[in-house]
Amino acid sequence: MVSYIWFFLIIIGITFSFLTGKIDLINDSILTNGENALDLMMSILPIIVLWTGIMKIAEESGLLRNFAKLVEPLLSKLFPSVPKSHPSLGFIASNIAANMMGLGSAATPFGLKAMSELQKINKNKEEASEAMITFLVLNTAGVTIVPTTVLALRIAHGSLNPSEIILPGVIATFCSSLGGLLLDYYIRKRRNKN
Amino acid sequence: MNIASKIVIPLFVVFVIFYGFKKKVNIYESFLEGAKEGLIISFNIFPSIIAMVFAINIFLDSRFVYEILGFLKPLLNLINIPIEIMPMAILRPISGTASLAIMNDIFINHGPDSYIGRLASVLQGCTDTTIYVLALYFSSVRIKKIRYSLGVGLFADLIGITVAFLITMLFF
Repeated sequence: MVSYIWFFLIIIGITFSFLTGKIDLINDSILTNGENALDLMMSILPIIVLWTGIMKIAEESGLLRNFAKLVEPLLSKLFPSVPKSHPSLGFIASNIAANMMGLGSAATPFGLKAMSELQKINKNKEEASEAMITFLVLNTAGVTIVPTTVLALRIAHGSLNPSEIILPGVIATFCSSLGGLLLDYYIRKRRNKN
Repeated sequence: MNIASKIVIPLFVVFVIFYGFKKKVNIYESFLEGAKEGLIISFNIFPSIIAMVFAINIFLDSRFVYEILGFLKPLLNLINIPIEIMPMAILRPISGTASLAIMNDIFINHGPDSYIGRLASVLQGCTDTTIYVLALYFSSVRIKKIRYSLGVGLFADLIGITVAFLITMLFF
């Protein structure tokens, strides 16, 4: 599936710029591409390493397990295939909490750890499990309550009321998550029946 | 709000370290062990980052999205949606930096308190970069078949973007 996305992005991009005679732009783009990727990597690498380090302390002290137990009643309904008190639930909860506070970069390491824990209980290691998909739907629908980057940028551009967009944003994000979860639930129900 | 979100991280760090210290965990050793795991995770996702940045940049630099949208202009005017917002709505699920850059342009040209400025703010906050997140998370655990996840993720984005348009019209 990722192959298809990759294929179409590249083919459409190159064909279109060829047709519009702007192929030299793409040439430059390809040549500077690696640098952009490295910049991105360099900006997230220290954050990932730092937070997986901190979270290891939370894991070994039992804090993560306690946190998972706390949110378990809610999460176990969303993730029926994950065993009770499984460490992945703690990481899922931390990831969602960080996303809610608008700390996207802090959320990524939790999300990656959640995925590797879910992979441990995945029956087919090459195929996405139902729990992984539900988690990623929750994650990509972006349950954001405090959109920090947006607020910072609004303040920087001299908005008179930077936080006025929070309430409409929360409503939109809530509808998005709810819609995603309902569709996910529906697909799962139908597949398990067959 | 902004101050609250700035206090969260330091408080969280203090809490985790204090809790670990109290439970007699060798906090420094566990930090190093976890950090090493993080390095392995980063190592695993690097190829997919290279691949995604490569394809997304080619797609964005061809300006395909911008040219195609010219055709939609009469239709969008009819339902009171400014054309400048459309590249952002389309690119939001593909690239967070691209949509952020467009939002920044909109703020410069129209101001953050204009209708389109508010619309851009709600749009940026309401959904995440689905395609990037899926590629990153699945490749970190070497999943090859992503099944129906992309469909559901994009469906959620579509709802989020639609509600963002409607709600901004209602609110402002």
